[in-house]
This record gives sequence, C-alpha cells and structure tokens, in this order.
Amino acid sequence: MKIWKWIVTLLTLLFGRLMRRGGSVEDAEERIVPAGTPERRAENLVLVLLMLAVLAGIAFIVVYAIYPHADQPNELLGLCLGLCLALIGGALTVVAKRLVVTEELEDDYPDVHPQAQREIAEIVHESGSRITRKKLLIGAGAAAGGTLGLAALTPALSLGPLWDTAPLDMTPWRPGVALVDENGNKMPASDVVGGTFYSAFAEGVDPEDIASELVVIRLDPDKLKLPNGRADWAPDGILAYSKICTHAGCAIGLYRNPLFPDLEPKPALVCPCHYSTFDPYTGASVIYGPAGRPLPQLPLMIDGAGYLRANGNFSARVGPAWWNVREKPTYGTNE
Amino acid sequence: MDPVEDPVRFIDERTAAAPLLRKTMRYLFPDHWSFLLGEVALYSFIVLIATGIYLALFFDDSTAKTVYHGPYVPLDGQTMSAAYKSVVDISFSVPAGLLIRQTHHWAADVFVAAMVIHLMRVFFTGAFRKPRELTWIIGLLLLFTALLEGYLGYSLVDDLLSGMGLQIGNGVGLSIPIIGGPLMLLLFGSRFPPGGPHFWGRMYIAHVLLFPLLLATLIGVHLMLIMARHHTQFRESRRHTQRRIIGVPLFPGQTPRSLALMFYVAAILFLLGGLVQINPIWQWGPFEPWLATNGAQPDWYLGWLIGALRLMPSFDVTVGHFTLIPNPFWGGVLFPGVVLMVLATFPWVEARLTGDRRVHNLADRPRDAPTRTAFGVAFLSWIFLIFAFGAADRILVLWGLSYNLQLYIFRIAIWVVPPILFFGVRRMCRELQAGDRVEEIREHAEDQAEEHQRSLARAGPGTAR
Repeated sequence: MKIWKWIVTLLTLLFGRLMRRGGSVEDAEERIVPAGTPERRAENLVLVLLMLAVLAGIAFIVVYAIYPHADQPNELLGLCLGLCLALIGGALTVVAKRLVVTEELEDDYPDVHPQAQREIAEIVHESGSRITRKKLLIGAGAAAGGTLGLAALTPALSLGPLWDTAPLDMTPWRPGVALVDENGNKMPASDVVGGTFYSAFAEGVDPEDIASELVVIRLDPDKLKLPNGRADWAPDGILAYSKICTHAGCAIGLYRNPLFPDLEPKPALVCPCHYSTFDPYTGASVIYGPAGRPLPQLPLMIDGAGYLRANGNFSARVGPAWWNVREKPTYGTNE
Repeated sequence: MDPVEDPVRFIDERTAAAPLLRKTMRYLFPDHWSFLLGEVALYSFIVLIATGIYLALFFDDSTAKTVYHGPYVPLDGQTMSAAYKSVVDISFSVPAGLLIRQTHHWAADVFVAAMVIHLMRVFFTGAFRKPRELTWIIGLLLLFTALLEGYLGYSLVDDLLSGMGLQIGNGVGLSIPIIGGPLMLLLFGSRFPPGGPHFWGRMYIAHVLLFPLLLATLIGVHLMLIMARHHTQFRESRRHTQRRIIGVPLFPGQTPRSLALMFYVAAILFLLGGLVQINPIWQWGPFEPWLATNGAQPDWYLGWLIGALRLMPSFDVTVGHFTLIPNPFWGGVLFPGVVLMVLATFPWVEARLTGDRRVHNLADRPRDAPTRTAFGVAFLSWIFLIFAFGAADRILVLWGLSYNLQLYIFRIAIWVVPPILFFGVRRMCRELQAGDRVEEIREHAEDQAEEHQRSLARAGPGTAR
C-alpha cells in the first residue's frame, strides 16, 4: 500500500510539473479554450486507473505466458483484457468529466452556395460552346463507356456456367446403380428396418453431391398410396427419396415415427430448417410447411444378392425449387 | 521547441492542412446520449477489423478433406474440411485464439445491433430529413452490407450450422425468377453442395477484403456527409435553432468522451468474448450436406429472414409443370427487399405526403411527428413479429406452445398488430402533444402570476390598497 502511494505521488509531481511548464505561456493573450481550475484529485484518480490498466495488461501477458498452449483459460484472458480496456475507458471518462475544459459552443449550420452552384453550371455549359451535336456525342460516349463496362465485367462470367443450367439437373442415378451407406458399403435390403431412416448415396459418387443423397425407409407395402406408375418403385415397402428438401435445400434431418399411431400424427419426413413435412406413403407429397413440391422419389430394386439398387432416375429434379424446376431430371454426373 | 507547434508546422508546411485541422478540432457535437449509438457501431467495426486480422492469420480457406487430431477429443479422427479444422484449432490449439474468435463473433452481433438501434433513433427523430437523406441511404447500405458480411463470416467456418445456412442461402438465391439458377451456378461455381472448387476461396476474399473495404468506404462517406451538414440537435432551449448548432467541440471536449466509449465498447466485447460462449462450432461438427440438426438458429440479425421463410404459406407461382417463382423468394428476397425499399424511399415519401421540403436541423421528439412515429412502430412490429416467429421452434421447446398454433397466431398477428399499434401510438403521441401544450400554458400562466406578484411587491404594501 505504501509503495502505491509513493508511485502515485511521484507520478503526480512529475506530470504536474510538466503541465505547468506548458501552461504558463499563453496566459497573457486572449485564450481560445477558457481556463479552468486544476483538479489534483481527479488527476490522481486518472493515474490510479491507468496504473490498474497497466496491471491488467501485464496480467493478460502473464496468463498467456504461463498456461500451456492447448489449455489457455479463456475466461481469465478475456477478463484481463476487458478490465484493461475498461480501466482506460474509466480514466478517459474522468478526463472528460473533470479534467478537460468543458465548453458549450455555438456555430452556424453550413449554408448552401447558390453562387457557386450557378457558376459550376455556367462553366460546364460554356465549356461546350464549340460542340454542335451535343446529344449525339454524349450518346456515343455513353455507348462506348457502357460497352467498356460490359467488356470489363465479362470475365466475371468465368466464375461459373452462365445460361447452361444443366449442372442443376444432373443426377448420378440410372438403372442398376447401387445404394451405399456413409462408409461406402452396399446396403442389403434386409438391413433396412421400419421405424427409423437411413442415409444412402450412389455408389462411386461424391457423397456431397446433393443428387446422390437419399433418405431410405421401410413402410408397410399394403398401406402405400404412391402416385400412378410407381407401383414397383418400393420393393418390400422400401422407399428412397431425395434427402434434399425441395423448399430451400436443407437435408431432411428428421423422421417422425409415431410410437402410438392411434393418437399421434402419421409418419413423416421433416426438414428442420423451415419444417416442410412430407408424407412418405403418398410419394412424399407436402403435408405441412412451405415446400411447394414433393421430394423426388427414386425407384428401387433388390438385386440377386439382396442389395438395394436404383431402378431408374428420380421422379423430378432434386434440390431447392427454381425457375423451371418441375422438368424431369437428366442423367449424368457433375463430377 | 514546442511539442505541439513544431509537428503542426511540419504538417501544415507540407499539406496546407492547418485550417482544416483547426476547423475540425472545433467541430461541434450536440450533447445527447442517443447520438452515441452510431459510435458504438463504429467502434465495434474497429474491434471486428482488429480481431479479424488475427483470425485471418490462422484460418485456412480450403475445403480439402483432412482428418482431425487434436486436443478436442470428441472430434478426434473425424474427417473434415481444412477450413473447419483450422477454426477448431483456433478455438483449442492457438493460444488466446478462442478469445479472439468469440470476441469477433460478439463484435459482429453488437455491430449490427448498434446499427439497427441507431437507425431507429434516426428514424424516430426525423434526422433523415433534408439535408441528410444521403446519409440515411448510405447508412441503410451499411446495414445490409453488414448483414451479408456477417453471413459470409459464419458461413466460412464450414461447421454444420454454417453449411445449413449456406444451403438455405443457395435455395433463396435459386428462387429469384429467371436469373436465380444461372446466378447461383455463377456464384457457387457449380451446383451447391458441393459447389465448385474455388468457391471457398472466393467467399473468403469477399469476407476479408471486398466487403470490409466496402463497409469502410461507406463508413467514410457516412461520416463525411455528417461532418458536411453537421449533426442534428434537439430543441433543448431557445438557443437551439435551425440555423445555430450548440455543442461540445471535438477537441478537447468530445475526444476523451468518444475515446472512453471506444474503450468501453472494446472492453465489453472482450469480456463477452472471454466470459460468454458464442457459436461453439466444435459442438456442431463438420458440415455434410445430408445432415441437418433440429433447433438450429442463425445469428440474431438473420432471424427475421428465417422467420419469414417459416411463416410463409406453401405457395409457388407455377404454370403446368413449370415453377416460375418458388416459395423461398417471398420470405428470403421479397420481404427484405420490401423492408429496404420502404426505408430507403421513406425520406422522399414523407416529404411528398407532408409537403414539407424544408431543411431540418432540429430533430423531432417522437411525439412531434405522430404519424411518422406510429408508422415506424407499426412497421417495426411487423418485422419484429416475423423475427419472433423464427424462434417458434425454441418457444415450443421452452414453453410447450404448439408450433402449428403459433404459426396461425403469427400469420394473423403480423397483419393485425401493426395497424392497432399504428392507431394506438398515433393517439398516444397526440395526447402527449396535448399534454405538452397544457404544460406550456400552465408555465406561461405561472410566469405571469409570478411577474404580477413581483410587480405588486415592488409597488410596496401601501399603494396597492
């Protein structure tokens, strides 16, 4: 405590001396900033706050230095740095409230300049007095400038395909492509049980390709009411839908499977982003939420060895809806 | 030797800037707390730049697959992108990295919040009126640029939450009629996910260079426009008029105050970064397009958009087998577009409706313009209700209120509540004005009575009789 007082006194003396030296010159003339009474106690307070800020800053460096890299106490670091900043802020507040001369001044709001406005217009008009076909020349200039702008922007089209929207349509699925799980293993039909859902992908395709990703479930084949022409799309009641929501493109991350079907709502595939909900019995038609079209369904078959394979392509384009989206998908991968 | 005069002479002899500097030092700041909101945003931006530079030194913008081995055991051995791994490393392996990262995130949230509150202050005091319409427009551009910048920032991390955000952004972009598909292919370089090989690098340069540059430029123009026409001021006394500004000079009066505010803002942001966890990306895991978690919420400033996407009924414009306008367009493009347009045109719409095209240097109190205040409250409530519905799934978890029930309540409320508030607030403003007038008359009468008493007293006790 004693050392503290010494430090503070020393610093006060030092700073006080310096300040006085600067202040004595201008007293004779008329001042711009009015004089105020000195506030030694406020100065002391500022000094104390700044010294504490120094300590907090040192504490930050020490904490950083003594803890191992992978085990830094984030709370302590934040506390030290935050305190250091807050103490400097506090010191500045004391300076603002008690040490700086407080003035309340008046000034004119800036005016408009009609004279200058007129002169600018005059200069521009008079500068063109030798030109007879102004509009034509301005038009030609605008055309040249506009074309240059277009030309300069053209290389930006190299960013990606322009009007060729084929990449939005491509899918890797065609008859015979095997379904694989996250680890790339083929999926036996017998492993697909009711009451849960599986992610599946096209064999040999980047699993991040949204047209590859499927949600696979098993339902009672007798209860299925798939749209016309899809009678043989769900062998043994195993269904595959695109896992990408047709609304905004999130994954169908939820499968609602009621434990007590008499009271609870029927099974449904749900996107957790905006809660679009699809009925797997009826070809994933929309039963709730903002989606505008069903999840595309993939026809399945079970091969001789009991593995699941595609028996064709999706019933519609995959992914979030966009202009033109309801057309059939096209074959081919975008690898 | 004078420690001030000599450097000033040096600079003036080489730049001729002394008169400008002299004038700037005595630039006047009207003294009102609400005028500091914009400064809070400015100082958050400075903290964002400072912390962002640190983060850029450790961030890897590659989506190349790598396997994580590090101090965070639950992710050990997991395959992830180099981008996500570098952010997990910043959080666990780089000393003080977590502090910087969390402070950066908090600063972004506070930056946008301060801008929104500043916008409300400017709106409700009519400070956007002539001659400050351009400052208002620049401010709006700043806000919307900042929204995009923040979105890019948390998308870069490539955790599951950020990936879901990107997927939705892609879906919203695709929904723009005619150009949506080509535009998204252009931006993402290919269908997203996975997107083209250069996409992450492009997003990174946009986040750390293009957008910050744009923000800094807009901030510079914003401040120059303010300086050119000066701040507005409240009519606090008879001396405060349209022609004369009263305030504290930049130097010495305002400088320590403003610097103090800067240090307080930075202090709060670093305290938040150290003590209050935000976006624990290691818990979300790496982004895989076939995964999505329930209960995911974006940063607060995108809540109004997720709310709009969720609230919008299933409605696409279709012709036969063709979709013309898919659903995300309404909530993701049209809604923010309408908000931006209403705000951007407001100064001119108000001038036309009121026929008031004069210069306004005096700021209104909200009650001084009942219709504007009422419209502002109604408009804000419309946005806020949509925002609140974005949290409907959380409300369900917290209070058990059915999502479906909330959906219908909110669909009705967003059209019923704003008009009620409009008429209610307008009424309230008018009542307050009436109260002010009564108060004025009372004060005037009291003054007169006092004057009368004094004249009686001066005349002496004898003469009155």
